[in-house]
Amino acid sequence: MAEILTPKLTPPEASTATASIGAPLIEIEDVSLYYGASKALKNISLKLDEKVVTAFIGPSGCGKSTLLRCLNRMNDLIDNVRIDGAIKIGGHNIYDGNVDVIELRKRVGMVFQKSNPFPKSVYENVAYGLRLHGVKAKSDLDARIEECLRASALWDEVKDRLHSSALGLSGGQQQRLCIARAIAIKPEVILMDEPASALDPIATARIEDLILDLKKEFTIVIVTHNMQQAARISDQTAFFYIGELVEFGATGKIFTNPSQKRTEDYVSGRFG
Amino acid sequence: MENHFETGIANLRQKLLVMASHTEKSVNDAIQSLTQRDHSLALRVKADDDVIDRCEVEIDELAIQLLTKAPLATNLRLVTVAMKISQDLERIGDEASKIAKRARDLSQEPPVKIHLDLPRMAGRALEMLKAALDAFVHHDAPAARAVILRDKEVDALNKDIHAALVEHMVGNPEAISRCLHWMVAAKSLERIADHATNIAEDVVYLCEAQDIRHTGFKSQGGAA
Repeated sequence: MAEILTPKLTPPEASTATASIGAPLIEIEDVSLYYGASKALKNISLKLDEKVVTAFIGPSGCGKSTLLRCLNRMNDLIDNVRIDGAIKIGGHNIYDGNVDVIELRKRVGMVFQKSNPFPKSVYENVAYGLRLHGVKAKSDLDARIEECLRASALWDEVKDRLHSSALGLSGGQQQRLCIARAIAIKPEVILMDEPASALDPIATARIEDLILDLKKEFTIVIVTHNMQQAARISDQTAFFYIGELVEFGATGKIFTNPSQKRTEDYVSGRFG
Repeated sequence: MENHFETGIANLRQKLLVMASHTEKSVNDAIQSLTQRDHSLALRVKADDDVIDRCEVEIDELAIQLLTKAPLATNLRLVTVAMKISQDLERIGDEASKIAKRARDLSQEPPVKIHLDLPRMAGRALEMLKAALDAFVHHDAPAARAVILRDKEVDALNKDIHAALVEHMVGNPEAISRCLHWMVAAKSLERIADHATNIAEDVVYLCEAQDIRHTGFKSQGGAA
């Protein structure tokens, strides 16, 4: 499974559906999700602004990863899942019957906890999605691949080994390669599910700085168990508990003066 | 790739330096307004104090935001020290305002006919403040330690000025209110030196992670 599930050109409807600066790009409206009879997400409503980093935090099982996966319909791949409510990206409900899911996943890329580069060269990892999107000329591919590797702060480390196996890179480098691969096809949104939890502090710091650089161009939603990481990189934070959205607000406020006692208890480490 | 956390830390340092520069100027102006009987300069010091107060609030806000991001080691010490130094600078600003207020009142009355070593005391206090701030800028613990040892000198000068003023008041009851203004101004200079000492102690902690407060370092002439 690639981080970013590619394909097809943007349909006319979606290509014109971009939120204006400052407006919410993602609108989650009264979303509930059921695994069979079990209600894992309970009437979540949330608006995520464009080109900001939003962190989803909460104890294990609170639904944060489930909600993240709703944003590019990754839960469609799980049997027995039912979703009520609407999730609009750029004003269009991604759960409408006529939505091309592959196209959606091109617009909404994903980076997972464990880096998973293709067992190919560094170059081919980034080239793969580009070729699927019709970029054929070597000069075009070279230029775009360098651009993506630079944007993911990996170029200087791999420019002399572009045709070596990506599996020979360190864990942190592999994760940055996965980010380069994700941004190659220019998504609007990047979902990150604990992207640095398996990395050492140095590699984690590089990923965090990279996320802060990337938000100039992309809207980023990240799930993390690391409170300090959420504080370091996010502009907005949403706290979830047993499938409910307990509190959502500016990260500075959530970590210094949360409105809800459950948020205070969680960020203070009293439970979770 | 930009190191965003380090950018935040650099921003904190920069804000602290801006505040230090405003504070140093206020102390300078307050002393000048007192020694040169400059009424309008004394009024300006009060207005400048608002700028210093705002700096303190901004530094605290930024420091709290940085603390949520879990700074460690030198960065952790810098953030905590920044909050303490900004508080000392704010209080130095208040002392400068007090001096300016006395300067304003004294400028409206005839000079007291007494020789006071106040310019020397003011010079020492200001030198201590400058040296403590330089030690912060240059991350220089030995220089900070040297500042701490100078506090005794300012204390002694204050004591001498206090005694001279008491003696003058006994012989010149009509000058009591003016002498009290000078006494308060001298006490403010002594407090400025105390705050400079606090800043120097914080610089030692910042540089060496060693807390030298209340260890007898000053009373034992730096031997502790």
